[in-house]
Amino acid sequence: MAKVAKSLNEIKSFPKQTRIALRNCGLIDPSNIDEYIARDGYFALGDILKNKSPKDVVNEIKESGLRGRGGGGFPTGLKWELTAKEKSDRKYIICNADEGDPGAFMDRSILEGDPHSVLEAMAIAGYAIGANQGYVYVRIEYPRAIKRLKAAIKQAREYELLGENIFGSGFSFNIDLRLGAGAFVCGEETALIASIEGERGMSRNKPPYPAQKGLWGYPTCINNVETLANVSAIFNMGAKEFAKIGTENSKGTKVFALAGNINNIGLIEVPMGTTLREIVYDIGDGIDGGKAFKAVQTGGPSGGVITEEHLDTPIDYESLKEIGSMMGSGGMIILDEDDDMVKISKFYLDFTQDESCGKCTPCRIGTKRLYETLEKLIDMNGTPEDLEMLEYLAKSVQKTSLCGLGQSAPNPVLSTLKYFRDEYEAYANRTKRTAYFIEEDVCIGCTKCAQVCPVDCIEGEVKKPHVIDPEECIACGACYDVCPVDAILKP
Amino acid sequence: MLVDSILNHYPKEKDYVIEILLDVQKEKEDNFISQEEVKKIAYYLDTTESHVCSVLSFYTLLSTKPRGKNIIQVCKDVPCYVRDDFNLLKTVKDFLGVNFNETTTDRIFTLETTACIGCCDEAPVMRINDRVYKNLTKDKAIKILKEYRGNDY
Ligand SMILES: Cc1cc2nc3c(=O)[nH]c(=O)nc-3n(C[C@H](O)[C@H](O)[C@H](O)COP(=O)(O)O)c2cc1C
Ligand code: SF4
Ligand code: SF4
Ligand code: SF4
Ligand code: FES
Repeated sequence: MAKVAKSLNEIKSFPKQTRIALRNCGLIDPSNIDEYIARDGYFALGDILKNKSPKDVVNEIKESGLRGRGGGGFPTGLKWELTAKEKSDRKYIICNADEGDPGAFMDRSILEGDPHSVLEAMAIAGYAIGANQGYVYVRIEYPRAIKRLKAAIKQAREYELLGENIFGSGFSFNIDLRLGAGAFVCGEETALIASIEGERGMSRNKPPYPAQKGLWGYPTCINNVETLANVSAIFNMGAKEFAKIGTENSKGTKVFALAGNINNIGLIEVPMGTTLREIVYDIGDGIDGGKAFKAVQTGGPSGGVITEEHLDTPIDYESLKEIGSMMGSGGMIILDEDDDMVKISKFYLDFTQDESCGKCTPCRIGTKRLYETLEKLIDMNGTPEDLEMLEYLAKSVQKTSLCGLGQSAPNPVLSTLKYFRDEYEAYANRTKRTAYFIEEDVCIGCTKCAQVCPVDCIEGEVKKPHVIDPEECIACGACYDVCPVDAILKP
Repeated sequence: MLVDSILNHYPKEKDYVIEILLDVQKEKEDNFISQEEVKKIAYYLDTTESHVCSVLSFYTLLSTKPRGKNIIQVCKDVPCYVRDDFNLLKTVKDFLGVNFNETTTDRIFTLETTACIGCCDEAPVMRINDRVYKNLTKDKAIKILKEYRGNDY
């Protein structure tokens, strides 16, 4: 069992990290606004309302080079500028806290650990674009984040940091929560807007973009939690300082959630441009159980795998795309030699076909067919033709789907097909065994394996050959380790 | 009536429909929204029943069928899967004697799966009602289920 680092400070390789978005997480009591204020909280908002024009604010964010951390990497300053330019007596700012990528928990940690940083940034964004109302759209699966946000909004109102005429500036701004009820697609901005309006959370055609016609038809700026968590820090440190961190086109830091088979599971925040090798081996302390590294899955169900050969790629938005994956929201799932890439792809397709909103056919039907094809392969009913069909179908779903969910759903399949085609071929040619297997003529019937199997899938009488049920075997290897006569074969 | 008292907390604006549905469902022993309740909510928000139904059927966490008193949701996403070395879903299935999306005959549990709930740093996990149980082992999972069962006898 890997040890879990409870806070960033516990991770011994802390020096490689730079904390901006997570600057307060774990250091302050998130339920106490005074502790946030003691660490320069709401200073940026006060300074801006007193001394800066909305245009100054937009320009400073542009200068910082901040890009959206919700997956798309769209320049934040430009988004604010586009919304600011629209003429309308009503505008909205929305914080996207629907974090649903499997393996991602950055936004949850920020909301739970430093909710005021998000609220302050929303007020700043509101001032910059000319909005007086903000919404945080947060999934109900995050009860603690909801509790912290509610308390933080209440405190900020009591301190008159939200509400009417903030700091006597004439600027008024309020924030309310809206809850998501278990639909991943609602993280997509147009589906999110539909959901806040009290409709089914289905994606809408773009254009018009939310900046032009968003919530209830009014110009709306949607930003991710982590994007917002950077905002007041940028003003406090200065846009120029911020822009010194990172790479040419990706400035600042990125928070990643390390999960899967790695020793230091948990959140890290590193400058853009850090290599995966530094993340996996220096910060993450390598693979759990001393096994061999196989791949890192980034970008969750929309991303792909990064293999050994690309471990030295400096991470930024562009470089990850070039090697067939994507930054995504920051989930990194570390896979080791025992992980089966075809099964991992099936898990992702199961996720996307389940979460497809059903509006367009390529995604609704296409992801289902992809899933079924993977299932057929894994059940040993596939043929080499299925691989061709898989590739063809994956590419057409990518090209013809309406929104990001469908367009990116085939990525895990295509990327694993590219780097681990042999594993697919083993299934297609039915030479792949997925379970451990007992050689009948070697087994002496000592029952040891049956006693250790955690899922009770080994049957057999004493002194008679034992058999493993391949359907149930989870390939844990426990039986393999105890067999006194080496009768058990690895898959 | 339960629905009426919940509705009174909300402005008559249809964008609150999801919050209302979640609230009503939470207060009910059998964790679902009935046709009767749909009618009342639609009337209160001055919208159509079909609108309320369309929302109700879209969101995974809302149910139109009666469920057990406790909703168990086992996380089925990749980070939990790669960390699960004892087959959590099967452990829970065997303990309860039901398949997923089924309710035990004593109506104490409904077994469901869930997409990632952002606790992958402490995988594998399951959620029972509003609580998340993390770093599960086979023994720990069974102990937790027994406690829930015990509380109800
Ligand atoms: C299927 C799908 C799911 C998404 N889920 C999220 C999410 O959970 N959180 C998020 O911030 N952005 C998510 N996005 C991206 C949003 O549409 C949007 O680009 C983002 O919130 C913009 O904020 P940013 O510019 O600050 O990154 C998702 C996009 C797609 C296509
Ligand atoms: S691509 Fe999928 S999720 Fe997006 S609109 Fe089409 S069906 Fe809905
Ligand atoms: S590998 Fe693990 S699950 Fe499979 S038969 Fe052996 S002990 Fe059981
Ligand atoms: S441990 Fe080996 S010898 Fe003993 S029953 Fe299992 S397979 Fe046969
Ligand atoms: S995958 Fe299970 S909590 Fe994230």
